[in-house]
Amino acid sequence: MTLADLTRGQWGLVQGLSAQGTLRQRLLDLGLVPGTPVQALFAAKGGSPTAYYVRGSVFALRGDTASQVLVEPKEEAL
Amino acid sequence: MKAACLVALAGNPNTGKSTIFNALTGLKQHTGNWPGKTVELKAGSFRHQGCTCQIVDLPGTYSLTAASPEEEAARDFLQLAQPDVVVVVADATCLQRSLHLALQVLHLTSQAVLCLNLMDEARRQRLGLDVSRLEEELGVPVIPTAAARGEGLDALKDAIVQVAQGQLKPAPKLLPPDTEPTASALYRRAEQIAERVAGAPARPGTGFTAGLDRLVLSPRWGIPLMLALLAGVLWLTIVGAGYPSQLLTEAFWHGERLLSALLAALGAPPWLHDPLVLGLYRGLTWVVAVMLPPMAIFFPLFTLLEDFGFLPRIAFNLDRLFQRSGAHGKQALTMAMGFGCNAAGVVAARIIDAPRERLVAILTNNLVPCNGRFPILIIMGTIAASAAAPGLSGSLASVLVVLAALVLSVLATLAASRLLTGTLLKGEPSYFILELPPYRWPKVGTVLVRSFLDRTLAVLWRAVIVAAPCGLLTWILANVSVSQTPLLAHLARWLDPLGRALGLDGMILLAFILGLPANEIVIPILLMGYLSANALLEVQDLSALKAILTANGWSWLTALNFMVFALFHWPCATTLLTIKREAGARWVLPAALLPTAVGVLLCFLLAIIVKL
Repeated sequence: MTLADLTRGQWGLVQGLSAQGTLRQRLLDLGLVPGTPVQALFAAKGGSPTAYYVRGSVFALRGDTASQVLVEPKEEAL
Repeated sequence: MKAACLVALAGNPNTGKSTIFNALTGLKQHTGNWPGKTVELKAGSFRHQGCTCQIVDLPGTYSLTAASPEEEAARDFLQLAQPDVVVVVADATCLQRSLHLALQVLHLTSQAVLCLNLMDEARRQRLGLDVSRLEEELGVPVIPTAAARGEGLDALKDAIVQVAQGQLKPAPKLLPPDTEPTASALYRRAEQIAERVAGAPARPGTGFTAGLDRLVLSPRWGIPLMLALLAGVLWLTIVGAGYPSQLLTEAFWHGERLLSALLAALGAPPWLHDPLVLGLYRGLTWVVAVMLPPMAIFFPLFTLLEDFGFLPRIAFNLDRLFQRSGAHGKQALTMAMGFGCNAAGVVAARIIDAPRERLVAILTNNLVPCNGRFPILIIMGTIAASAAAPGLSGSLASVLVVLAALVLSVLATLAASRLLTGTLLKGEPSYFILELPPYRWPKVGTVLVRSFLDRTLAVLWRAVIVAAPCGLLTWILANVSVSQTPLLAHLARWLDPLGRALGLDGMILLAFILGLPANEIVIPILLMGYLSANALLEVQDLSALKAILTANGWSWLTALNFMVFALFHWPCATTLLTIKREAGARWVLPAALLPTAVGVLLCFLLAIIVKL
């Protein structure tokens, strides 16, 4: 499952990235490293972009980027 | 003891780094090129305890891995310029992310000070930060500040000078020697430190920012809300600018009579008086009277929204449309800059890393009206609206017309981007990550001063130095006759067939051509052209202007197409030069042809439809 599959308000734990190159580096720099808790906060119509809570900040990602972040969904808040 | 030192300011975006920079340097600022990349860095200086510190504001970055031009610039500066002290500005409410960058900086240099900013915000969130523990964990001085209130700045200056002089020797604690400083390792360490020095951070999705975002970012209410806000800003600008504009016009008119009397008393002949007063003075004062009041209202309002944190939300809401056009998400931001000044919008396209999408942003920027064209839209909108719907209240109708023009310009931007990414500039869109920082109440006083100095005066000054010689040139063209007809009229007659086909006339096209240096002077040129054929009139207010236009055969279609053409025609000379510098000479012509083609096509279609 990826970040793009989280429903609004749902939490997940980052497991890894399928992104390569500078996008991979960029996502890591933002703190999307394995074990990081994330929450989907706000979504535009159609789900792209969606705003995610990551380590104290909120970042919006387009669907094609969010789907390159692998997460383990959680039922409870992290 | 050193008498001078070089200080670098590093930090994540939205940590209040520029507030710190402004507070430390005051107005002693300039931009300059530094070793490494061509990114311009802001620099300034301050004196403290007998030491002159030159301070360079590095671009706000999340990291130093050189994955973007800003990061490369920041990293190059730290490595090549070898600053005596690096101040890392950290967000006390978002410690992990700030510490990640701080740890990277500490791997490059030990001459560092951590400035723990936004302490007021942290207190409000009851984070209970243990500053001495943080100092212990990092091994460098930590200075808590709340730059917006001026708290902790003296202590920060003390620490900078002490580290620069060697009185304080930071001994940073790095990752264990056998650990690679990867993002994972750095974040793990940052997390560990943050847990030891701070209480639990606020829950996401709670508080003022999350509450407001539920409305602002809502799929249903987001865009209507933005439009309503834009309408409000326009309404304030139009209504607020009317009276001061009128006062300025009257004052300049009195000034003109004084100037005339003075020249007459000095015995100046008409060939000197007329070009100076009727050409140069009138061109100049028109631009000031018409442009200054709306700019003095619009720019501060825009800056307030910007500082409040509204621009990234606009980008978020519009991104769905930009995705469909194959454009980069940040193009929404460069477009927003274009509303201020297209040349600034073209420069702002540097924030887009991917060359193809950067080019799309540059080529389409002129499709949104800059501040030089707003007065044209407002004036023509008022005239067209009062003619088409006399019942509506004047300012409301002009707000609606201008709003419609703005929506049209955004649609044209999207359509042109779609066209470019589908034909000339094919390719896959690159990734787009947008931070939505917490809303922060702007400091109204600072915004008023800075937006007046940086934006209003700068744009006005440019308009003035262009308007004066253009006013003079136009007066000469309008008054030097060849075979009993002024040169201007000759040119206008030659352009007339094309102008008529577009629902305009030759003089209008000529005004846009002569207005190439700056859009602000299109209307004064037009008036001089019309009036050169008739007796010279005083243009005291809009009704006099309307009378002149009607006398020259204007219908509401002319006013409408004038607005359309003002929206979509070639960029001004400054913007063209900027495009040449930013994208290369071969993109200047396409950048001029694209908006012109849109304008010609729309005007032509409107003219045909109306004449049917």
